[in-house]
Amino acid sequence: MEVGKKRAVSFLLGLLSWGVALVFFFPIFWMVLNGFKEEIDANTDPKLVFDPTFDRFDEVTSQTQGLLGFREAFMNSVWAVSISTILVLVLAVPAAYALAIRPVAKWRDVLFFFISTKFLPVVAAILPLWIIARELDLLNTRLVLIILYTAMNLPLAVWMLRSFFSEVPKELIEAAQIDGAKLRGQITSVILPIVAPGLAATALLCVIFAWNEFFLAVQLNPVDGSTIPIWVTSNVSTRGNFLAKLSAASTLATLPVVLAGWLAQKRMIRGLSMGAIK
Amino acid sequence: MAEVRYENASRIYPGTDIPAVESLNLDIPDGELLVLVGPSGSGKSTALRMLAGLEFVDEGSVYINSEDVTLTPPQDRDIAMVFQNYALYPNMTVQANMGFALKQQGVAKPERAERVQEAARILDLEPYLDRKPKNLSGGQRQRVAMGRAIVRRPQVFLMDEPLSNLDAKLRVQTRTELADLQARLGVTTVYVTHDQVEAMTMGHRVAVLKDGILQQVDRPRTLYSRPVNLFVAGFIGSPAMNLVEAEAGGPDGVRLGTLALPLDEQVAHELAAREPGTYTLGVRPEHLQLASEGIAGEVTVVEELGSESYVHVAVEHQGGSLLLVVRAEGETMTQRGDNVQVSCRGPVHVFASNGERIGA
Ligand SMILES: Nc1ncnc2c1ncn2[C@@H]1O[C@H](COP(=O)(O)OP(=O)(O)OP(=O)(O)O)[C@@H](O)[C@H]1O
Ligand SMILES: [Mg+2]
Repeated sequence: MEVGKKRAVSFLLGLLSWGVALVFFFPIFWMVLNGFKEEIDANTDPKLVFDPTFDRFDEVTSQTQGLLGFREAFMNSVWAVSISTILVLVLAVPAAYALAIRPVAKWRDVLFFFISTKFLPVVAAILPLWIIARELDLLNTRLVLIILYTAMNLPLAVWMLRSFFSEVPKELIEAAQIDGAKLRGQITSVILPIVAPGLAATALLCVIFAWNEFFLAVQLNPVDGSTIPIWVTSNVSTRGNFLAKLSAASTLATLPVVLAGWLAQKRMIRGLSMGAIK
Repeated sequence: MAEVRYENASRIYPGTDIPAVESLNLDIPDGELLVLVGPSGSGKSTALRMLAGLEFVDEGSVYINSEDVTLTPPQDRDIAMVFQNYALYPNMTVQANMGFALKQQGVAKPERAERVQEAARILDLEPYLDRKPKNLSGGQRQRVAMGRAIVRRPQVFLMDEPLSNLDAKLRVQTRTELADLQARLGVTTVYVTHDQVEAMTMGHRVAVLKDGILQQVDRPRTLYSRPVNLFVAGFIGSPAMNLVEAEAGGPDGVRLGTLALPLDEQVAHELAAREPGTYTLGVRPEHLQLASEGIAGEVTVVEELGSESYVHVAVEHQGGSLLLVVRAEGETMTQRGDNVQVSCRGPVHVFASNGERIGA
């Protein structure tokens, strides 16, 4: 009786999670599916069975309508995202060390300051940002996005890395000190390998946020040097149907993030500090 | 080869008023295995960490080989430490763990491998050199932690309760191996434990700490037979010494009820010169015996340990009931509820009301 009941419950729970997962996944699935359709099919009755075609993908990637080509936008995104993410990590690792492992005086205040920089809505800051960017001749450059994405992700990265760093057993660092490791050796040989999964998770979030960032890009960088999200919207045309094209473009825009997620996940599942202590 | 010296060394943790270690004076000659023992929170780890350079020395100094290292960072002290939880680097193999310190010193790879191999041979770790710590048993991890210390051939070994994560049997076995290894290597060692049996069996000398204050440092034998105060008397020895408050002082000697207790000559002499008053008497269980004559009492518990047994006897004392633990050889025929007589055959320790021992 009991066992049967338990089985029924776990079956129902399983069903429920599949249901929820499907609800979340369906729009994505439909987007990908639409990308392989003719415009006419995408815009009429929803159809599951159709002749798949790559034409929409060809159209969105090769077409030079408007000012922004796919290749160009893609490279701009890759630059802005990768450089800003690397900068964020390079700056956040020492910050996290100073906040978690050898806490500086008033580290709580410092930590709070970091997060407080996110209190102001970006919309409220956009005008001064725009003016500063104009004065420095940075409008429509990759550089302005690199700077802003770094600034945007840094507080988050510091917070995340701080909590990962503070999970490194104190004795391990002390053991490294006694073994004669200087600060650099302690960080590279002992701390970083242990926080690698946390580093991967942090990097992934930075990549996702920077890759999907739209508002700053559209305000400060609408023409040259713009990024994939802007390119996606450039496929919204004022005349005729564009749903299939937009789906194809969105699918392409999503792929790199999915790839990054998959790569990061492989590092993340490695156990944290297994076997270090006791 | 090194001597270690603490000179009035104190540590006051930020945000606390009471020193965790207060004015510690300790001289450790070259090659000695000195055990720091004391109850939890007595400052053993703090004292050890001050020597390691992991804890700031607020007052006084610490010397290694008559060189003042009070402000020297741990990297430059040439010491090795075994942590209670081993603190093995989880991302490195056993070999890399053991060779890490040598690598930091810039020892060339072939020599490093050779020295790691040698330490692994001593500790029976050869089959595990390529494993990660998480794939080792607790005892093997403990040996890797030891190995990491001995490959370095440091001036001083520091060990903070290195056996406390092992099961009882392995702990006893490892403790003898460790003492033997230390003697063979001849490296000055400071060993922290809260287990007084471990302290007594391993230490060349044992330093007893309480509330950050050094109570006594002596050879185990002396610590046992001449505890300087009530705390050491109660802490050292298992089962603990019987401690009884009684009227004494003056020329009458010491009595427990009707029983006259034997005293060392010196103790008797000093006691005779003192004012009569309340003193604490200390009697080891092995100095009491069940006899045909003595103080009468009733047996409450009998602990049979095979080669010996401990009989708990409730006797009447100063209008109340007092429990005495009496050691008996081999088996006893005694049972709970028996009425027995207890007599005393060994010298009794006497402590003044401030806890100090009377008579050197
Ligand atoms: N980082 C710290 N900050 C403040 N007080 C501390 C700190 N570390 C230890 N103490 C205090 O200092 C005293 C001594 O601690 P210590 O760790 O040296 O004791 P111990 O003898 O090693 O005890 P145990 O057997 O439990 O390990 C304790 O009262 C403890 O609460
Ligand atoms: Mg301790």
